[in-house]
Amino acid sequence: MGSRASTLLREEEIEEIKKETGFSHSQITRLYSRFTSLDKGENGTLSREDFQRIPELAINPLGDRIINAFFPEGEDQVNFRGFMRTLAHFRPIEDNEKNKNPTASEPLNSRSNKLLFAFRLYDLDRDDKISRDELLQVLRMMVGVNISDEQLGSIADRTIQEADTNGDSCISFQEFIKASLVEKLCETCF
Amino acid sequence: MMAKMRFVRRVSSLPEFGLLLLVIFVLLEGSLLPLGAASSTSKSCEEAKQGHTEVHNFTKKAFPVLGVDYGHIKNPFEISLWVLLACLMKLGFHLIPRLSSIVPESCLLIVVGLLVGGLIKLAREEVPPVLDSKFFFLYLLPPIILDAGYFLPIRPFMENLGTILMFAVIGTLWNAFFIGGLLYGICQISNSDLTAIGILPCLLFGSIISAVDPVAVLAVFEEIHINELLHILVFGESLLNDAVTVVLYHLFEEFSVDGSVTVLDGILGVISFLVVALGGVLFGAMYGFLAALTSRFTSHTRVIEPLFAFLYSYMAYLSAEVFHLSGIMALIACGAVMRPYIEANISHKSHTTIKYFLKMLSSVSETLIFIFLGVATVDGRHSWNWIFVTMSVVLCLVARVIGVVGLTFIINKFRIVKLTTKDQFIIAYGGLRGAIAFSLGFLLKEDHFHMRDMFLTAIITVIFFTVFVQGMTIKPLVELLAVKKKQEAKRSINEEIHTQFLDHLLTGIEDICGHYGHHHWKDKLNRFNKKYVKKFLIVSERSKEPQLIAFYHKMEMKQAIQLVESGGGSKLPSAVPSTVSMQNIQPKNPPATTKPAERVLPQLSKGREEEIRKILRSNLQRTRQRLHSYNRHTLVADPYEDGFSDLILKKQRMMAIDKKVHNPR
Repeated sequence: MGSRASTLLREEEIEEIKKETGFSHSQITRLYSRFTSLDKGENGTLSREDFQRIPELAINPLGDRIINAFFPEGEDQVNFRGFMRTLAHFRPIEDNEKNKNPTASEPLNSRSNKLLFAFRLYDLDRDDKISRDELLQVLRMMVGVNISDEQLGSIADRTIQEADTNGDSCISFQEFIKASLVEKLCETCF
Repeated sequence: MMAKMRFVRRVSSLPEFGLLLLVIFVLLEGSLLPLGAASSTSKSCEEAKQGHTEVHNFTKKAFPVLGVDYGHIKNPFEISLWVLLACLMKLGFHLIPRLSSIVPESCLLIVVGLLVGGLIKLAREEVPPVLDSKFFFLYLLPPIILDAGYFLPIRPFMENLGTILMFAVIGTLWNAFFIGGLLYGICQISNSDLTAIGILPCLLFGSIISAVDPVAVLAVFEEIHINELLHILVFGESLLNDAVTVVLYHLFEEFSVDGSVTVLDGILGVISFLVVALGGVLFGAMYGFLAALTSRFTSHTRVIEPLFAFLYSYMAYLSAEVFHLSGIMALIACGAVMRPYIEANISHKSHTTIKYFLKMLSSVSETLIFIFLGVATVDGRHSWNWIFVTMSVVLCLVARVIGVVGLTFIINKFRIVKLTTKDQFIIAYGGLRGAIAFSLGFLLKEDHFHMRDMFLTAIITVIFFTVFVQGMTIKPLVELLAVKKKQEAKRSINEEIHTQFLDHLLTGIEDICGHYGHHHWKDKLNRFNKKYVKKFLIVSERSKEPQLIAFYHKMEMKQAIQLVESGGGSKLPSAVPSTVSMQNIQPKNPPATTKPAERVLPQLSKGREEEIRKILRSNLQRTRQRLHSYNRHTLVADPYEDGFSDLILKKQRMMAIDKKVHNPR
């Protein structure tokens, strides 16, 4: 598996991915071997079924949303570049990167990009607001089937009421960051 | 006019007046102790003689209307007197306005101990051996550790467990060997009678003095309100290094007698360490499960619920001590394991009882320990040796600094959130020594260690140095270095949701990458917990609740109780659309027709529901704090302990809304 993987991924490609995502050489090759092991059809791309075959992901409440996050708008296949691009959000921020080229575009794993990624998992319709229904959907996924809709509704209401500072009963990106101390959490997790 | 002025002056001098009374009372008490002790011996002699003569002479005496019999109640009386003294001292410090902000309480208590010890010594020849090691380890130490373990913030602890273990195990080992080794070298170089001390006693001394003390750390760190990460690092280290200390102490004590250590002994020592640490945790976890299981069946005898928590934990500690395992780790494990299950099972009042009782016991214990430390200092036979004592102090500091810096360098390679230089400084500076070191030194047998007195003097000097100098200066240093302080964490439901959300997200990503990391195992543990353990240990209706819902219910319950207590509940309709089952408040009325996992929600018209929601919401502005308290002095704000004026304001607001509800109809 190892030798086959490295012959399929050319050096220039590795360099490009390295520049784009910031992963190291060994990390990229390791993730490439993981990519190929998931790719049952062996056509160099992953489909949704390939992801769903991962057993732990099936029991993860947010499994479907995470899988969706890998696929760009409207597409059903993701190649290795796209795969790495999404995973790059989860690379820890390193101190020496902060001083690098300030004119270059923001690296994929900057703090605001991480927060945006988390925000987008809630906000499916991409209107930059988490509405009550979107919040309800996420809560419903995390909580299971035992709880009635009304209870969830009151929890969702309270959540929005806590976070909402401008009174539009939706959570915007700024309110999201402030209310949930997500920034602090992101620091420790990603 | 004159009367008013006099009244004002008297009122303003009330705190000073109270203070004066306090001081007088304390002095009286302080003198009572030696008198009491002195009179008891004479009283018992007289009684014995009287009894003796009565038997022989049969003379009829007049019936004694009033007699004095002190010997009868001597021990409980003295113990109560000491505890009373400790509590009055605590009161006194907080009456003096500026003192408690400059000097940490532990220092003041030691000074008081010194004074009382001095008084006792003046009154009679000998001071009672108050800091008897047995008394310390069996009665004074467990409440503090149990309090720490029960309220241990599990999440930050587990997240930093690797770092904490590195500091606790490797840091303590490094300290012990560095100090012991260098002291031996210095003793050899100096040409006084220090050269007689062998390497093993020196290493023993090193191992006693190297461990950071949880009691001292708690006492000082509580007052500086430092950020959670640093607090948990230093505190966790002080708790977990007990296993290392136990093993090293026994190892060197045994072999000091024999005189040599072989490689085999070293290997056995390592194995012993693993056994001590893991065995202690195992014992604690076992008793924790038993406690949780017992609490499942206590729904009919709510009154004794808190006792189970205390008894099982104490038994865990004692059982671990039987086998020379680490009692401290047993206590921590027991408290941490039983807490989530007990809290789900017991009534609200029992929960409050446990909380307050633990805080009370640990507070008194801590106060007593520091006072006794002062008393024992006055008492002990000291043998002051300039070189030994000063070098121990210097070496302690140096070893700590080098240890922390070196370890952080290695640890930072594995951490996501790196430890900055400021953090390292605080960790190094916060390595306080305390009463455990003293008690361990006290335990040394005189005949094996002829330099015991010198050791004790050195230990006390190090303790005093760390507690006074480091304890007093750490607060200004924290301000000076602008170290991040503890956030007033209002753990909102937002935070709760997003924490879970991020957990799931990161677990999912880890699974995609095929990386079995931190989150993967945490997730597996949670799943196991939910599927098997909770069903077994929690009362059936509540075991199926997801964590989020349980948290929400806790919050709602607090709000509901607050609502009822502030008198606004009378205007609300009979059933509020809250999702809390009132099971815990009225155990006699079981939910009649509800299925196990659902709650009954009444059908209300939409408009009515909206009004009720508004009422609830207006009360939900108050803080909703989960118990983050490892703070001894102020239990983190309970909703019921809010100011009276807030309650009145709320009541007014509510009545206004109610008027709106009733009038349009």
